[in-house]
Amino acid sequence: MNLFHFIDAFFSDGAHWHGYDGIPTRLAEHLGYTLEALGLAVLIGLPVGLVTGHYGRGGNALSLVATAWRALPTFGLLVLLTLLYGFGLINVMVPLVVLAVPPILVTTYEAMRSVDPSPVDAARGMGMSEAGVLFQVELPAALPLVLSGIRSGAIQIVSTATIAAYVGLGGLGRFIIDGLYQRDYEKVVGGATLVAGMALATLAVFWAVGRVAVSAGVRRSA
Amino acid sequence: MNWDRLFDIPSDLQHSWLGLVGLHLREALLPVLAGLLISLPLAQLCVRFRWLYPPVLWVTTILYAIPSLAFFVLLIDYTGQTELTVMIPLTVYSLVVLVPAIVDGVRSVPQETLAAATAMGFGPVRRYVQVQLPIAVPAIIAGLRVATVSSISLVSIGSIIGNQGALGNLINDANIYNRPELAVNAVLSMALLALLADGALVVVRLVLTPWMPRRVTRTKTSAKASSRTMTKEVW
Repeated sequence: MNLFHFIDAFFSDGAHWHGYDGIPTRLAEHLGYTLEALGLAVLIGLPVGLVTGHYGRGGNALSLVATAWRALPTFGLLVLLTLLYGFGLINVMVPLVVLAVPPILVTTYEAMRSVDPSPVDAARGMGMSEAGVLFQVELPAALPLVLSGIRSGAIQIVSTATIAAYVGLGGLGRFIIDGLYQRDYEKVVGGATLVAGMALATLAVFWAVGRVAVSAGVRRSA
Repeated sequence: MNWDRLFDIPSDLQHSWLGLVGLHLREALLPVLAGLLISLPLAQLCVRFRWLYPPVLWVTTILYAIPSLAFFVLLIDYTGQTELTVMIPLTVYSLVVLVPAIVDGVRSVPQETLAAATAMGFGPVRRYVQVQLPIAVPAIIAGLRVATVSSISLVSIGSIIGNQGALGNLINDANIYNRPELAVNAVLSMALLALLADGALVVVRLVLTPWMPRRVTRTKTSAKASSRTMTKEVW
């Protein structure tokens, strides 16, 4: 009776593959939470990181805010919001976004700062507008690092979206939490395997996006 | 919200608030320490054998991607619902920050500095301990700060696998007894611990690197950058 036995038992049980508590439903819910939270976090973190990185101002203030935000425990925030405002998706979204904004923001800022200044100066000397410099010179060069920031934000969201189940929502955490309460270790292990698999799939997706989106010249010099 | 009962810790936790704080620090800091002890030799191997670094980075990144709750749960089969089950994943997670930090720090030592040390008759061990490590201290501390802060926050997830979350258990109690003030206590206590630990590491860095310019560096890369400019100024 080892881990692989439990994993095998969970996935070969046909009852786990359909219905409102089936693997496809829970996967879709988990993916939904993840995409929504990541979208919001990128919407907040990316523009702020790009602009502050472009002008090189506010770096210390940014990393101070990021450290303070990182210190906030997501799990505590989730339970607190649920206790205060009741059952709802927004109480899950707030902690997840709070979790993912610091890595995206700080990495974007650092990525923009670490772009080689000579092509930036050259672009400006050729009469490019500030927006042109930002989007056509700095962003393509900074893209690998920017993507790695979004990647770590995404992976943290995928991992942490499991605790949405603790306050009664769906997602893959449902298997883990329900399994723990029902003393059904097979379900717990199955859920954990699915979450870990989804996190690894996220890594793979970002690797693929990096291959497609990052220009060949930048990749070679990196 | 009943503010009078903010520090009225339910008896099922069998600890005072300070007891929980102590438990929390132990569960969060021991893994970071263990991670440092593992990553120092590992990073040295990566510096010595360059081909080893990319695969090590990949393995640590993949291990880091395993969600904490999943990791805890998978370990229950081997280590039970104990503190150890919480501390092993935290140790593994700290590697993803510490190994690159140490490798970057050690690599940032200029070649001429190493040559000078060798010319002065330093053996490889003495050169590592007395030249490379001290110069890498700012980068190592920067890594330790990130690892410590996230470790303190992650311990709380341990409460989901059965009362192993120290201050995180307060969150669980807040939920089952419907006492939001306990969750406020937990969130604020953990944030405070994280900021204090972060500050303590900054102080350690100031003490260990008296030659650095007295300017607080906030981020990993700026610490790395300043460690480079620092070596330029000194040598």
